[in-house]
Formats: sequence, structure tokens, C-alpha cells
Amino acid sequence: MIWTTAAPAIVTAFVSSLVEAVEALTIVLAVATVRGWRPAGLGAIAGLALLAAIVLALGPLLNAIPLQALQLLIGVLLLLFGMRWLRKAILRAAGVIALHDETRAFAHETSELREKALRLEERLDWLAGITSFKAVVLEGLEVVFIVIAVGAAHGLLVPASIGAIAACLLVTAVGFFIHRPLARVPENTLKFAVGVMLSAFGLFWTGEGIGVAWPGADLAILGFAALFLIVGLLASALARRPSAEALP
Amino acid sequence: MRVLTGILRELAGLFVDDGWLAIAILGVVALAAVVAALTPAGSLAAGVVLVCGLLAVLLINVRAAATR
Repeated sequence: MIWTTAAPAIVTAFVSSLVEAVEALTIVLAVATVRGWRPAGLGAIAGLALLAAIVLALGPLLNAIPLQALQLLIGVLLLLFGMRWLRKAILRAAGVIALHDETRAFAHETSELREKALRLEERLDWLAGITSFKAVVLEGLEVVFIVIAVGAAHGLLVPASIGAIAACLLVTAVGFFIHRPLARVPENTLKFAVGVMLSAFGLFWTGEGIGVAWPGADLAILGFAALFLIVGLLASALARRPSAEALP
Repeated sequence: MRVLTGILRELAGLFVDDGWLAIAILGVVALAAVVAALTPAGSLAAGVVLVCGLLAVLLINVRAAATR
């Protein structure tokens, strides 16, 4: 294992999974607050089971794709995914769009479930479970994609998975003890960093996929990350609105 | 069924949020692939197109979104 490639893959998987796990936890906590831990927990477990099945099904499929085609496919998907994250983080940092607020998301989800409780009392456990399931599947799919994307094309699936699992366990443990959404996590700064790293990986794999021999081989990823960071900060400064908070 | 449709829609949304950004990224990749096919193996021309094109796309897209 080459640490110049493994370290960015592990850190990217950890940080991006941290962000996704925080978002999923907010919704699972809202469900638990309104309807108790049983439907919230069952929905979350069912979601995790579906994610595990997807990972098990995708593993052998990935091995069947030729390496260069896999690099190109993953590279392009990573560029679409990573640059979308980065664009949103830049616009949020610049004050063009509102920051994601876990406390507000929690309040919104809780009031929506309470409203449903008044109308659909007998089906509410089912609806609460589905809400929890959907949150875990949607946020989890992003984690699965990121782990596969940063790990598959370079034999780093295990280290990337360890990074992702560590982040999910950390968020679950903290959420279990404090029983509140993790509103203090600097979500936009993390999303900015992850957008930079995913875009850098995407650029590297896409280039490899079309036959570019990057100078410095894997080290080029760090160079691309630096370039995306500089351009991201520049774009944020150019787009900044007066009320926006600067990135730390 | 509605849950499944919702999940599939959100899944597509993971990759395409702003249509213009997605099209521009795919355009840069296609251009780089053409350059890679036309230049000798080992040439960095396609890489330069990819790096400069993607960074320009990001900058232009953010500027456009900010002035909208």
C-alpha cells in the first residue's frame, strides 16, 4: 500500500462519511424523538442491511470491469459528484445559498412527523421506520459511492472502508450519548475539503482512464487538491456576499 | 414504490444538481479524450486540457451562480 495514495483515500472516506453520518443521524434522532427508538432503530438497521447487500453485489461486478474503463467511469462520476459538492460549499461559504443547519433540519423533520402523527396515527410507526430507512439509505449510498470511488481503482477498498466505518461509529456513539443533532460540526468546511479531495481524485482517475501519464504518479492527486483548493477559495472570494462567514 | 422512486431521484441528484455544470464537466472530459487520441502516447496535452478546463468550469459556474 502506497501511503501517498492511501492517506488521502482514508481521510477523504472518513471526513465525507462523517458529514453524511451527521445528516442521517439528525433524521434518525428526529424519528426517535417523535416515535421512539424502535421504528427509528429498525428503519436504520434495514437501511444498513440494504447498503451491505449493495456493497456485496457491487464488489464482484467491479472486478469484472477492465481497470482503465473502471478508472474512467469512476473518475467521471467522482468529478460530477465532487465538483457538485465543492460548488455548493463555495456558494454556501460565499453566502449565495444558505448554510445547512442540522438544528433546523431536526426541527423540520420533527414537526413534519408530528403533523403526520395527527393524521395517520395507526400507520405512524411504519412511516417513522420508512423515514429512518430512507435517511440511512440515501446518506449511506453517498458513503458507499465515495468508498468505492476513492478505493476501487487502486486496491484501497479496505482502508477507505475502515475510514468510513470509523466515522459512522464515531457519529453514532456521539449521537447515542448526547441525543441531539450534531449542530456544531463545521459541516460546510468539511464539505469544502471533501469536495476538493473528491474532485482531485476524479481528475486523477479520469486522466488515467483516457491514458494521461501524470507526472509524479499518485503524488499528482495532492497537487490537484491544492489547485482545487486555491480555485475554490478564489471563487468563494469572488462570489462573496457581505453577510457570508469566511471559511476557517 | 414512491420511496424507491424518491431514492432513485435523489441518487441521480447526487451527480447532477446544476445541469450546466454536469454538461460542462462532460464536455471537458470529451475534449480531453479527443486530444489524448490525437496526440502521441505519454503526451501531457490531454492532462493540461483536463486540469485547466475543469478549474475554469468551476470558476465560471460559481461566478454565474453568484450573479443569478
